[in-house]
Amino acid sequence: MENKTMIKLVIGTEGIFFLALIMAFVYMAFVSGYEPANLHALNIKLTAVFSCTLFASSGTFWMAEKNYNNSNRKGLLTWLCVTMLLGLIFLGGQAHEYIGLINKEITLSSSLFGTSFFTLTGFHGLHVLIGLIVFGILLVLILLGDFDRPGSSVIACAGMYWHFVDIVWLVVFTVVYVLPVIHVLK
Amino acid sequence: MTDNIKIPETKQAIPGLSINNNRGLLQWITTVDHKQIGIMYLVVAVIFFLVGGLFALLMRIQLAIPNNHFLSPETYNQLFTMHGTTMIFFVMMPAIFGFSVYFIPLMIGANEMAFPRLNAFSLWMTFFGGFVLYFSFAAGGAPDAGWFNYAPLNEKNYSSSPGIDYYCMGLFLAGIGSITTAINIIVTVLHYRIQGMSLTKLPLFVWMVFVNAFLILGALPSLNAALAMLLLDRQFDAHFFTAPGGGALLWQHLFWLFGHPEVYILILPAFGIYSEVFQVFSGKRIFGYSFVALSAVAIALLSFGVWMHHMFAVGSGTAVNSFFSASSMLIGIPTGIKIFNWLATMYGGNIRFTVSMMFAIAFLVEFTIGGLTGIAFSIVPLDWQLTDTYYVVAHIHYVFIGGSLFGIFSGLFYWFPKLTGRLLSEKAGKWFFWLFVIGFNGTFFIQHILGILGMPRRVYTYPDLPWYGFFNFISSASAMLMGIAFLLLLWMIHSARKHGTASGSDPWDGFTLEWMAASPPGNQNFDRLPVVHSRRPLWDLKHPDNADDE
Repeated sequence: MENKTMIKLVIGTEGIFFLALIMAFVYMAFVSGYEPANLHALNIKLTAVFSCTLFASSGTFWMAEKNYNNSNRKGLLTWLCVTMLLGLIFLGGQAHEYIGLINKEITLSSSLFGTSFFTLTGFHGLHVLIGLIVFGILLVLILLGDFDRPGSSVIACAGMYWHFVDIVWLVVFTVVYVLPVIHVLK
Repeated sequence: MTDNIKIPETKQAIPGLSINNNRGLLQWITTVDHKQIGIMYLVVAVIFFLVGGLFALLMRIQLAIPNNHFLSPETYNQLFTMHGTTMIFFVMMPAIFGFSVYFIPLMIGANEMAFPRLNAFSLWMTFFGGFVLYFSFAAGGAPDAGWFNYAPLNEKNYSSSPGIDYYCMGLFLAGIGSITTAINIIVTVLHYRIQGMSLTKLPLFVWMVFVNAFLILGALPSLNAALAMLLLDRQFDAHFFTAPGGGALLWQHLFWLFGHPEVYILILPAFGIYSEVFQVFSGKRIFGYSFVALSAVAIALLSFGVWMHHMFAVGSGTAVNSFFSASSMLIGIPTGIKIFNWLATMYGGNIRFTVSMMFAIAFLVEFTIGGLTGIAFSIVPLDWQLTDTYYVVAHIHYVFIGGSLFGIFSGLFYWFPKLTGRLLSEKAGKWFFWLFVIGFNGTFFIQHILGILGMPRRVYTYPDLPWYGFFNFISSASAMLMGIAFLLLLWMIHSARKHGTASGSDPWDGFTLEWMAASPPGNQNFDRLPVVHSRRPLWDLKHPDNADDE
């Protein structure tokens, strides 16, 4: 119980942290007029595909948790590995996108859009990475036999954190990629 | 009475080294015991208070006479920045956390915080945060843009020494420490209460710290985000706060979205301490427990809706200014009414004028003055006239010292017997009290007048205008009294630890469970505890015929 309360509080406070970053993005990218060039630099379709891998990883982790609760160690291991793989693909996609943008000379220091874009998506990527590190530790502990029986709240807590990171991406994707499309089309 | 005695969960052996063995420094560094961590927080606060206080005295020496050149303008800028930053983040916060992690388990009948290792992590984050901030002196100059570090002054073009980079990193580390402590406090209060102690029966100190923890979780992320952005600006040429068309304002919004809740973060735990002290030294229950408790919630919620009263001078337009003016007056109401709760608690009571109680009573006076000058600032035209003058300096010191610091002193005198098993000398304590209170009022009351005369803050010297030199000299001389008083306090602590009167477990005839534990408590706080039936479990135990029935 204590662990679950703790992770909920972590999520709450982290949510406010991301809210501040999102507000900064809106302030920087939208308030003084959105530059359509920024939208053309982003590959929204490819990012949408990579986003789907992240959203799918929430489902696969849910499967992992279910297997854990049914004392199915093998299922837990398999689904956890799938989750990590999906997370890694997402990070790879983000790296690919970053390299593309830097080649187009959009960087942290190039413009207001660059500043706020890289900060917001970078902090999100950092949280994905932290999730993957947590999963890596869990993986080792599972292999060592710490999670052979259900009853520990650790898996559930890691899951809550991971779903939170997903939800943040849903908001970030909407604000950074989808809203400008609507904005420019209008 | 044996049928209602419960044994709380036993405390597991502490990883590393256990309490009450003489392993010296190593034991303190490795400890995860909430009592040792609490004491270390207080020691951190005292050390930083000495440094921060020294900075203040240096500034007062510089300002004692007109056209003085004791300090250079560059040094002066660094000193006032470091003074404010130190006092808020590395004195008040650690002192509050020290009392919190020490006394929450004791007051709710638990043997430990929920996450002992996280507790140690928080302490060391705070400590190293302070260390990183102070390392700036060695790295080429301390931060010099004021404690609220306005953009674009905080940017590389205007502050080229690395001080502000250390400000960002130090406060970020300490901020993480504050957030983890807040989480630890909430989980402990929610899950570790003794049987019978519902949330409505919490001692008011615990309740205030509990509400406060949510405030920390809501406010600190804004600061952390702003610090991260500023560091990106300075290190990687990002453009958050240099952006044309209002980037500098983004800093102000993010900072005060943290900064205004922060001042309540510093005062709510003090309100909790006063509530305990007024009850015990008046020999009465608190008048209007529910109001005092709920007003803390009201303050916590309202505190997120007043931040722009720090920004009236930026020109946000009448509608915005009126909104924040009204909300700032509104938040004065729950705060103001509590003064009457405490007065009514004292009314008809059997008052004992201990040093702890004297600080609590002095708080009622000083905090009312600080509150009234605060309300004055919520009136926009007055704010425009007085902003950035010594009137602001006087106001914040009346609320920070007269409110928060007096609470910490009051708590120190109240709980010192529990921390050490010895009483602080009441006789020397009264000297300390009067020296400090007279010094404090002498230093800051006169600054209201200087502010109205138009003396700007944060300027290293001033011309010999009528009255300026005289008032500033009084202010500086009085500041020295506070310095002497604090040295007296340190001596008192030292001598009480060496040969103070042994206090026993319950020197003040207290009401709450911490006074059931030994002084100082052993590794395990409690072996046996009563089932709690009211807000004053210890009173019930001592007066079974006259128990509180709630």
